[in-house]
Amino acid sequence: MTGAAAATQSAAPSQQRQRRERPSTLALILNNRLAAVGLGILAVVVLAALAAPILPLADPDATDPANRLAPLFSAGHLLGTDALGRDMLSRLIWGTRVSLLVGFSASLIAAFFGSAIGLVAGYAGGRADQVLMRLIDLMMAFPYILLALAIVAILGPGLINALYAIAIVNVPFFARNIRGITVGLARREFVDAARLSGKGPLRILWSDIMPNVLPTIVITLSTTVGWMILETAGLSFLGLGAQPPQADLGSMLGDGRKVMFTAPTISLVPGLMIFLIVVSINLIGDGIRDALDPRLRSGALARPSFRTRMAKDRRRPQEEPIPADTSGGGHPGADRAGWNNEDHRDEAPILAVRDLRTDFHMGSEIYHATGGVDLVIRPGECLGLVGESGSGKSVTAMSIMGLVPSPPGVIAGGRIGFKGEDLAEASDRRIRQLRGGAVSHVFQDPLATLHPLFCVGDQIVEAIRAHQPLSRRDAETKARELLDLVRIPNAAQRMKALPHELSGGLRQRVSIAMALANDPELIIADEPTTALDVTVQAEVLRLLDELRRERNTAVLFITHDFGVVSEIADRVAVMYAGRIVETGRTEEILTQPAHPYTRMLIDCVPVMGEPERRLDAVPGRPPAVNRLPPGCAFADRCPRVEADCRTGEIPLEDKRGSLQARCLHPLSPGEALSGGATSKGSQGGKPHRPEPRYPGAHAQGTSP
Amino acid sequence: MTATIAKRLLAAIPVLFGLSVVVFGMIALIPGDPATAILGSYATPENVARLNAALGLDKSLPQQYLAWMSGVVTGDFGRSYALNRPIIDIVLERFSATLLLAGASLLLATLFGLLAGIVSAVRQFGLADKAITLVVLIGISVPSFWLGLLLILFFAVKIRLFPASGMVAIYGGGGPLDILHHLVLPAITLALVATGVIARLTRTAMLEVLRQDYIRTARAKGLTERRVIYRHAFMAALVSVIPVIGIQAGFVLGGAVYVETVFQWPGIGAMLVDAISQRDILLVQGGVLVVAASYVLFNLLADVCQTLLDPRLK
Repeated sequence: MTGAAAATQSAAPSQQRQRRERPSTLALILNNRLAAVGLGILAVVVLAALAAPILPLADPDATDPANRLAPLFSAGHLLGTDALGRDMLSRLIWGTRVSLLVGFSASLIAAFFGSAIGLVAGYAGGRADQVLMRLIDLMMAFPYILLALAIVAILGPGLINALYAIAIVNVPFFARNIRGITVGLARREFVDAARLSGKGPLRILWSDIMPNVLPTIVITLSTTVGWMILETAGLSFLGLGAQPPQADLGSMLGDGRKVMFTAPTISLVPGLMIFLIVVSINLIGDGIRDALDPRLRSGALARPSFRTRMAKDRRRPQEEPIPADTSGGGHPGADRAGWNNEDHRDEAPILAVRDLRTDFHMGSEIYHATGGVDLVIRPGECLGLVGESGSGKSVTAMSIMGLVPSPPGVIAGGRIGFKGEDLAEASDRRIRQLRGGAVSHVFQDPLATLHPLFCVGDQIVEAIRAHQPLSRRDAETKARELLDLVRIPNAAQRMKALPHELSGGLRQRVSIAMALANDPELIIADEPTTALDVTVQAEVLRLLDELRRERNTAVLFITHDFGVVSEIADRVAVMYAGRIVETGRTEEILTQPAHPYTRMLIDCVPVMGEPERRLDAVPGRPPAVNRLPPGCAFADRCPRVEADCRTGEIPLEDKRGSLQARCLHPLSPGEALSGGATSKGSQGGKPHRPEPRYPGAHAQGTSP
Repeated sequence: MTATIAKRLLAAIPVLFGLSVVVFGMIALIPGDPATAILGSYATPENVARLNAALGLDKSLPQQYLAWMSGVVTGDFGRSYALNRPIIDIVLERFSATLLLAGASLLLATLFGLLAGIVSAVRQFGLADKAITLVVLIGISVPSFWLGLLLILFFAVKIRLFPASGMVAIYGGGGPLDILHHLVLPAITLALVATGVIARLTRTAMLEVLRQDYIRTARAKGLTERRVIYRHAFMAALVSVIPVIGIQAGFVLGGAVYVETVFQWPGIGAMLVDAISQRDILLVQGGVLVVAASYVLFNLLADVCQTLLDPRLK
């Protein structure tokens, strides 16, 4: 199991990867240990039952009225004697033998016929499938044990009839499971190939499909065999199974019940044996299921907690970072034609993240999803955080409010300064107060991020009332106003709509309305337009830009798309392998970046009239963040790489203008990469913004 | 909404028809001569002939089915030869006791199963989770007929807190409190397996839901963790647990056979066991039909609840 876990750990953790996270090894060991315990118990019981004829046991049927109801541990009768003076130990072992034999036989019969029906129905499809499955459904329409009783009623009481009854009622479980798998397999290429090679259907079923459904049969068998032993014993207990003098555990229990008050052990001991057998089989079954079907592994789904775990021994930097704007000596305001003319640099930052380190603990590996990130955002400012997937940009953003799923996320160090307060040190109560209040979020896919069962109005009302002491009615009025604000037509009616009844664009507007519900000072927008189609993307972007300007709200905007950045961000920070590699004013970054990686990202922006280029066009892959090479993490993909790039720590340093870059050999202004990709818009040294991605996207950018 | 419910009701009709055919077929499937099987080998030829005529065994199968079905629809299930009473009377009397027992058990199982599942998921890998997982494993492995004996020996014999058997006290019993007093042990015994199954599935469903993006949204809104778990996560998890509760209704109705036998609860399960032993096939037929039909209705109810909760399923 650890091998399988390790195999999937080779890639860098990304948002997708976090979802598939593993339980602690401890839990897995415990699981296996339990299965081992089960196997041990069952082995002892089965061995004793098999060895019954050669064990030095008394005759299980020899009555001895003089010695009846002997207690436990009496001489010659370890487990005492029953109402007829028969040796209980001997009867127990012989009865176990019968019970196991009947239970396993019933299981095998059920597995055989159930699997056969499933295979035929799944492979043949069409009419045969219809008829067989309707019959199976009909069987399942009966309460399980009731059907067994009806069958016994037809066949008459008796051990073999009980065996048949239990086998028959378990056929549907196998038929359904096996059919499900077979239907999928029957359409696969290798089955087509077998068919074309002239194999008959029976041979295909046997040699091509059977090996693939065998694990499912084994899983179903392991989860039902315990039941079947229990139920056959149950029928015997009711007097409908084993008939005297034959005895299985169930009929021993049933007989013992008559003297229950005087000699309780006579009925309790066989019952304990049934319990031990069933519990051990269930333990083994859980183990088999975990091993054969990791998707169902009981611990495979880890639950993210309220807040990202904070490492106890984390680094706690005290000082806040020095904002890039002021130190870079740029030319504030003047070069931002068409943008917000307000200059943010003199105001105290609203968010000042310093040396943020968020790790992912996957098994024994630790991935440094962010390796010391510094960020500063001032009131009313929009910072674009850009990078490929897996660069750590979302993790950075989600770390701020402790929304990185934990496990596996751990904040291993850093200061998260929000208006002078360190959120890394804040209480859970304080974090909850800020979430959705002063700091709100807009996430990527609005269908997945809105609750599917609650109408959107209720979800906004809930957000309002979590922070404001409003009556329901007042909160509803406010929610309607918010929907109006984000320009949702027929807001009053849409309040009652469920998320799936709205279009993607409308859903994202709802998310934005929810984020604005409590007049936040900072909005963290994690790829809010990525899941939308292009025209809707432009509208939502415009709306967000407008609203943040109206309300002077700071925005941390995460995206992988420089085209989007150019339309909304005042400043840009570029992330690579968990660190910021370049930061500066949007203008400067877009036209004359210093870091080769930034250059490559910008060259990926699709330009009208050119065939679409995508971000994944950057050649190579980012390194795994659990084993970062020394020096520059981008070195392996960089066309300008030199020997000194691969040694030592490379700091984020002032380059030119407002730019800071983590690069020893930065590009000079307007310089193109030697790797063949040419830059656009920077020739002639006259910087100008790249072509707007959407016609009219800037038209409203300056309002009001 | 009413349209949805009506649609589900209509969909249940073919299932009920199928059930009736299977139950009717029981007589035809009996090896040998059904009338002899029903009356026993000491029956007089006259009685056999009379029963054959009553069962219409000389007619064709579809005709027999129609005759039987028209009786069933009007509440005429025939007569029990062993008890010499109309079957419908016995079945209804017995079934009401079973319904009380099974209903109480299902209620217990649902309440405690959901609660245990939630706690287990919220405290995943914690001590409470491990303890619940272990108890659940024991719960689904323990034979209910054995557990019933243990409970009787402890609660009825040793500490004399609850009665050992029956539904009402023999002397001066019969009030609702008396019935409740008698109900406690059998209801707990019957509930245990279903509780375990519901707890297991609730845990899985909660863990699945808690990883969803909309839970992160709920937390990002600043909701209390209590609200996130009990409203946002639980409501979503419940949608997938409800059909399981419906299926458990079947296990509880069936498992009642053992519990009724152990506690001598005058339900339909104990009646079926007696009827089978006495080869009273017509009584078995009537009992099975009523219980199976009620199970179909239970599942229908679960279906409707699920649709009400999750409008996407419409």
